[in-house]
Amino acid sequence: MLYREAGQFKTSYRADQRIFPILQDRVGVGALLLVAFVAVPLWGNAYLLSALLIPWLILSLATLGLNLLTGYAGQFSLGTAGFMAVGAFAAYGFQLRAPAIPLVVAFVLSGVCAAAVGMVFGLPSLRIKGMYLAVATLASQFFIEWLLTRVGWFTNNSSSGVINAQPMVIAGLAINTPPRRYLLVLCIVATLALAAKNMVRSRAGRAWMAVRDMDVAAEVIGIPMLRTKLSAFAVSSFYCGVAGALWVFAYVGSVEPQAFDLTRSFQVLTMVIIGGLGSVLGSFLGAGFIVLLPLFLPVVLHAVFGNALRPGLLPNIEQFTFGALIIFFLIVEPLGLARLWQVTKEKLRLWPFPH
Amino acid sequence: MHRLIPQCTAFGLALLCALPAQGQGAAVPNEQFMPVPSYRVGPYAAPGTSLYGGFIDYLNLVNVRDGGINGVKLTWEECETSYSVDKGVPCYEKLKGKGPTGASMFNFYSTAIAYAVLDRAGTDKVPLVTIAHGRTDSSDGRVFPYVFPLVTNYWSLNTDIVRFIGMREGGMEKLKGKKIVHLYLDVAYGKEPNEILQKQAALYGFDVKLVPVPPPGTDQQSQWLEIRQYQPDWVIVTGYGVMNPAMLKAAARANYPRDHIVGNFWTGSEEDTIPAGEAATGYISALINPAGKEFPVIQDMEKFLYAKGLGNMTDQSRIGTVLYNRGVMTGIITVEAIRTAQGKYGKKPLTGEQIRWGLENLNLDDKRIAELGATGLIQPLKVTCSDHEGGGAVKFQQWDGKQWKVISGWIQPDKKLVRDMVEASSTKYAAEKNIPLRDCAKGG
Repeated sequence: MLYREAGQFKTSYRADQRIFPILQDRVGVGALLLVAFVAVPLWGNAYLLSALLIPWLILSLATLGLNLLTGYAGQFSLGTAGFMAVGAFAAYGFQLRAPAIPLVVAFVLSGVCAAAVGMVFGLPSLRIKGMYLAVATLASQFFIEWLLTRVGWFTNNSSSGVINAQPMVIAGLAINTPPRRYLLVLCIVATLALAAKNMVRSRAGRAWMAVRDMDVAAEVIGIPMLRTKLSAFAVSSFYCGVAGALWVFAYVGSVEPQAFDLTRSFQVLTMVIIGGLGSVLGSFLGAGFIVLLPLFLPVVLHAVFGNALRPGLLPNIEQFTFGALIIFFLIVEPLGLARLWQVTKEKLRLWPFPH
Repeated sequence: MHRLIPQCTAFGLALLCALPAQGQGAAVPNEQFMPVPSYRVGPYAAPGTSLYGGFIDYLNLVNVRDGGINGVKLTWEECETSYSVDKGVPCYEKLKGKGPTGASMFNFYSTAIAYAVLDRAGTDKVPLVTIAHGRTDSSDGRVFPYVFPLVTNYWSLNTDIVRFIGMREGGMEKLKGKKIVHLYLDVAYGKEPNEILQKQAALYGFDVKLVPVPPPGTDQQSQWLEIRQYQPDWVIVTGYGVMNPAMLKAAARANYPRDHIVGNFWTGSEEDTIPAGEAATGYISALINPAGKEFPVIQDMEKFLYAKGLGNMTDQSRIGTVLYNRGVMTGIITVEAIRTAQGKYGKKPLTGEQIRWGLENLNLDDKRIAELGATGLIQPLKVTCSDHEGGGAVKFQQWDGKQWKVISGWIQPDKKLVRDMVEASSTKYAAEKNIPLRDCAKGG
């Protein structure tokens, strides 16, 4: 009923190739963007913006990056946090040593640095596959963290190894309030998400998926293995690098290399799996689940239990509940939250008369 | 599958409905709100429960025994940080605006989180108190008006430790040619002392070797192999949480004499030595507050709180331990700072900006400390506009297998060396961030 596409005719190839072929989707996404770009910065409070939405958007970007590599191109990677670290420290370095470069350009360049590093560590993917590749990418994770910790040049010889992001200024406008920081992050994430959506529908994305589904067959029909796999690593690392730069500049303000340790890589991988492999929407849903749920749980549990429990028990219950929910969702829908949304849409098509 | 969708929707709605409940809280006036960003789960839960347990107990004691600070009741809310920046920053954002006048001050007891909220605290005008942790050069109040690394910082501490080692060796000149290892947790906290250690090595002519332990630090086999090959005269340890008992056990396996290992004040509590068992006997650590229940303020806890079932600690045997007492010390400093600010702004709920003035003009002398029943628990503390550290001295204690024994008096830091380094570092930071230096002569 809600999702009836009867009567919506496609009369041109252009109409057929739209990202959102159904009117309801277009209206929905338009409304969502309107809320995100106008209503939220106008009425959202500092907690909503700088503690919930900004980290969620940034980690969604990193998840999207890994999803392009793992979900679309089928290459496992445990180096996500390493590439984020490259982006973060590169952006800091550009701002420190070449202050003339505009901030947004510095973000792009930091993504390019991460892409270059990603391509180098993607080379083993030409010879090894699956779990073996995942273990090989672990090397990048440990190597990058070690390098940034040990070589003082990257942190400008900070005694504690912590870098402090420089104040953000774009065209004379200081990005120093939560709504401005949020809008900057939102613009970058929305642009890159749109680019990703188009990329996976284009020749590049189809080549990735062909390699994912069966690389021998893909090679037989003339898809160059080297270029396809390395381009997946490059694009994925670019996304992760920009996410890392945003993490330090727009969210935390100062980080040490340990902010991008193996735990972060696993966190992003979990987001991809919970959200749904091979789905742009899933990247956002997965990141939302992992970032936002642990913040809502204490509120809910506090409302349920109040002060009845002895102190210290509540944080432990939160952890149990969170773990239980992850298992619950994976059992209910192994294909991720994106698939859950798809199923919901199909149900809504027939609702309220399923027969 | 399809039956689950309504359930999931219901769950989502429940989440949404639960949200407004968050907004409730202390709407009643004459209350001073105190955020408590505690950590009770994860590898740092052992110290976290004692620290924040002691802190909450003291706030509660002030309410129950004295009826608040000059009649202003203290309220608080806990938020679990798990010692991680990812959860610490949302906790800061969540709690900073609570209560009738907003958060009084934050004390995260985590160097990494302190770094992450350093700028935010200045912008939001909420004091960030980093007692014996945090960013060392924030001791310079001209550059960091809202940050208070009270009692002592890592650089003062390390001059204390080197002085102590010098005393044990029989004079600072005997340090020449000695070999000292710095074994540290490889995070911002652990790395803070490196710079000053290397300076002091050049000053006194000893060799220093830096040995990092990747967090959380449960595996130290290769590190102790390295230490054995180097054969140092002393090992200085900057560890936290589960790293510490693991360190003592590894040292015992490597057969390194425990009485030549000196931990800092985060590496010397019952939570560190008891799990290590026999391996801990003889181990030395610095302290900013001793363990013990003989202080009147700690006895008040049992009398006014635990006798009535109002205490925060589940395991009451941990009352009077090093970290519990540190939590109480934190509470005393917090409450006295608010009391100082009330002296200027009136006996009512105060804003963070007003409490900042109280912190900066805090003067805890021996007389006041005796009135509070904390003689010997806390050192005299005088904060000024340019010096946000205050004290700087530490004592040393040794574990005899059952309890900590204090083995030295207050050892004063090399103030000159530390201050020069602090100012060099803080002015560099000010230049990087375009912060004008505050003129302390004008008063503030």
